[in-house]
Amino acid sequence: MSGLEIKHLSMRFDLPNGSWVQALHDVSLSIAEGEIISVLGPSGCGKTTLLNIVAGFLAPTSGSVEINGHTVRGPAAERGMVFQKGALFEWMNVRENVDFGPRMKGMPRAERDRISDHLLEIVGLRDFKDKAVYELSGGMQQRVALARCLANDPDVILMDEPLGALDALTREKMQGLVLKLWKETGKTVILITHSVEEALLLGERLIVMAPRPGRIHEIYNLPFADAGVGADLREVKKDPAFGEKREEILGMIWEMEEEIMGRAEAAE
Amino acid sequence: MTLLLFYAALFALSFAVVYAARRLATQRQDFTSLKTVTFGDESAVRPDRAASIISVIAIFLIWGAFTGSRLVPVHVPGPFQGLTEFTYTAENEAGEQDTAIVRVLVHEVGRDPDPPEIEPGDGFARNDTAVVGMWRSELIRAQANDGGEDEEVRIVAVAGQPIEPDRTVEVPNGTVTMSGRGSLNFAPATGMQMEPIWLPAPETVVARFFEIASNGYQNFTLWQHLGWSLLRVVVGFLLGAAVGIPLGYAMGLSGWFRGWFDPIVEFMRPVPPLALIPLVIIWFGIWETGKIVLLFLAALWIMIISARAGVSGVNITKIHAAYSLGASKWQIMRHVIVPNSLPEIFTGARVAMGVCWGTVVAAELVAAQKGAGMMIIAASKFQLTDIVILGIVLIGIIGYSIDILMRRAEAWLVPWKGRA
Repeated sequence: MSGLEIKHLSMRFDLPNGSWVQALHDVSLSIAEGEIISVLGPSGCGKTTLLNIVAGFLAPTSGSVEINGHTVRGPAAERGMVFQKGALFEWMNVRENVDFGPRMKGMPRAERDRISDHLLEIVGLRDFKDKAVYELSGGMQQRVALARCLANDPDVILMDEPLGALDALTREKMQGLVLKLWKETGKTVILITHSVEEALLLGERLIVMAPRPGRIHEIYNLPFADAGVGADLREVKKDPAFGEKREEILGMIWEMEEEIMGRAEAAE
Repeated sequence: MTLLLFYAALFALSFAVVYAARRLATQRQDFTSLKTVTFGDESAVRPDRAASIISVIAIFLIWGAFTGSRLVPVHVPGPFQGLTEFTYTAENEAGEQDTAIVRVLVHEVGRDPDPPEIEPGDGFARNDTAVVGMWRSELIRAQANDGGEDEEVRIVAVAGQPIEPDRTVEVPNGTVTMSGRGSLNFAPATGMQMEPIWLPAPETVVARFFEIASNGYQNFTLWQHLGWSLLRVVVGFLLGAAVGIPLGYAMGLSGWFRGWFDPIVEFMRPVPPLALIPLVIIWFGIWETGKIVLLFLAALWIMIISARAGVSGVNITKIHAAYSLGASKWQIMRHVIVPNSLPEIFTGARVAMGVCWGTVVAAELVAAQKGAGMMIIAASKFQLTDIVILGIVLIGIIGYSIDILMRRAEAWLVPWKGRA
């Protein structure tokens, strides 16, 4: 089968002072091909750990991640990743960044150029392909990162707060771009975010995680991602159902944060 | 002290003049010039090129002024040169006193002029003459020809002031000190200028430059001396980099390598290369091998540390991104780790070249047949101060040029430095 299967993931690691942290506890999730999923939760809920395990940068202490029927044992080209920032290669220009994956595979020049031209056109950076990446704004750099990930044609795209470092306006535009790319390419996307609005807008399913130990707290099925494709996201946000969900989830996360604070105070 | 105050005054005065001139001229309105908070804002502090130019000119002016250079219109008072006279009063055995004149010719060192002529004069004290070089002093036995045969005559005053052994009296254009045995020691006034053997005039150094450039020095041309020094530096540095960079990479990529070499590197790093000279000479001899080994060691630790820092400095997200894009370990090494470490390696290379250049000169001071350092040390043995200064200037210029070239290469090869 195609798709992503997360089975009973647990992650526990020892600290230098002899204690240990249960970063994840029995997380199971089944993600269909072409689905976009957003993951939300207070800090310390293990969402980045989860993503790193799926990407193959970390090995879980128990459980497994299966993709296309095989178990994840390390990073691979089938699972592309978009980082918050700092992941572009400054010594390459925009085009060289974008076609890095195909180049490493040994794809011929002409085909690589076709792919990078096409993707740079989609993300609106056609005129910037020979620029150095450090000459671009933060939003443009993230578009390059998206294009670079897509150029490698992965099955799953993992996004670790890809829009977290952008200003509010750029962020909104980029949310539209992410939706557009998701729909056009039909990729499976897992997106981690701190923003409730972003999680609602960009997730067909929204996973709310809870901390200590990191676990899945609640799963929502949402219509907004499909509605948002090609539409004005500000209109989507005006939907009363959107506002309701936002308040509900915000309240949930507030509660969790309060609980963490309470526990921290009790421990003192 | 006076010189220091003068220099400070020059610093302040030229600032005031340039500042005033700038206020009259039209202002360029770039972003920095519009900043109101500049004190404490490092980015607003840019070197004032006018100050640099004035600073260099000032050094040459001061140098010229204190060496009596022909290129500089203003001089500090120079040493006295020419004829001067002073009087002394002698007393004979009978207790009579008589006054006579000593005429002294002060001449440039190296010339041998005839003594000036003078009438013997009347009275039992006879006039005397003497010849003395500038900056030198001369013992004048003025009383030797005074009085009669076997008569003891002693000097009791010079220029009208009483004198006794070990006392000094000011006379026109110099001082007179009485020695323990009653003779007079005349030292002409030296002024404030430096004797050429301490500090030659700029034009002397320039003339010496052309002389050595065309005739060579100590069996080798100037270019051979400098070329050999440079060659040693380049070979030593390249060897150090060729060994140090891979080792640094290995230390940045493998815990075993780092654990193994850390104590060695951290121990050797603070040892100045000059401290290794004796050992290197004992092991490898004083010829080229020894020098290259020394420079190799000087460059090695710096290059290891910079390569290691370059690898450690790579942002983990770049490595993760490259793995996610399907790159192999070798591809990550070639396309991510190496380019990412280049800025650090260039910084290290600049430091290493500087250290090597300093070390080669020092090594040549100890033992060499050719080289910039050898030129200096050979010249100093013959008190050829102009060659010593010439050597220092050339060493400085070459060291500075190396650094500028390295910076150019850096800006060209790693334009992304500091912009990640």
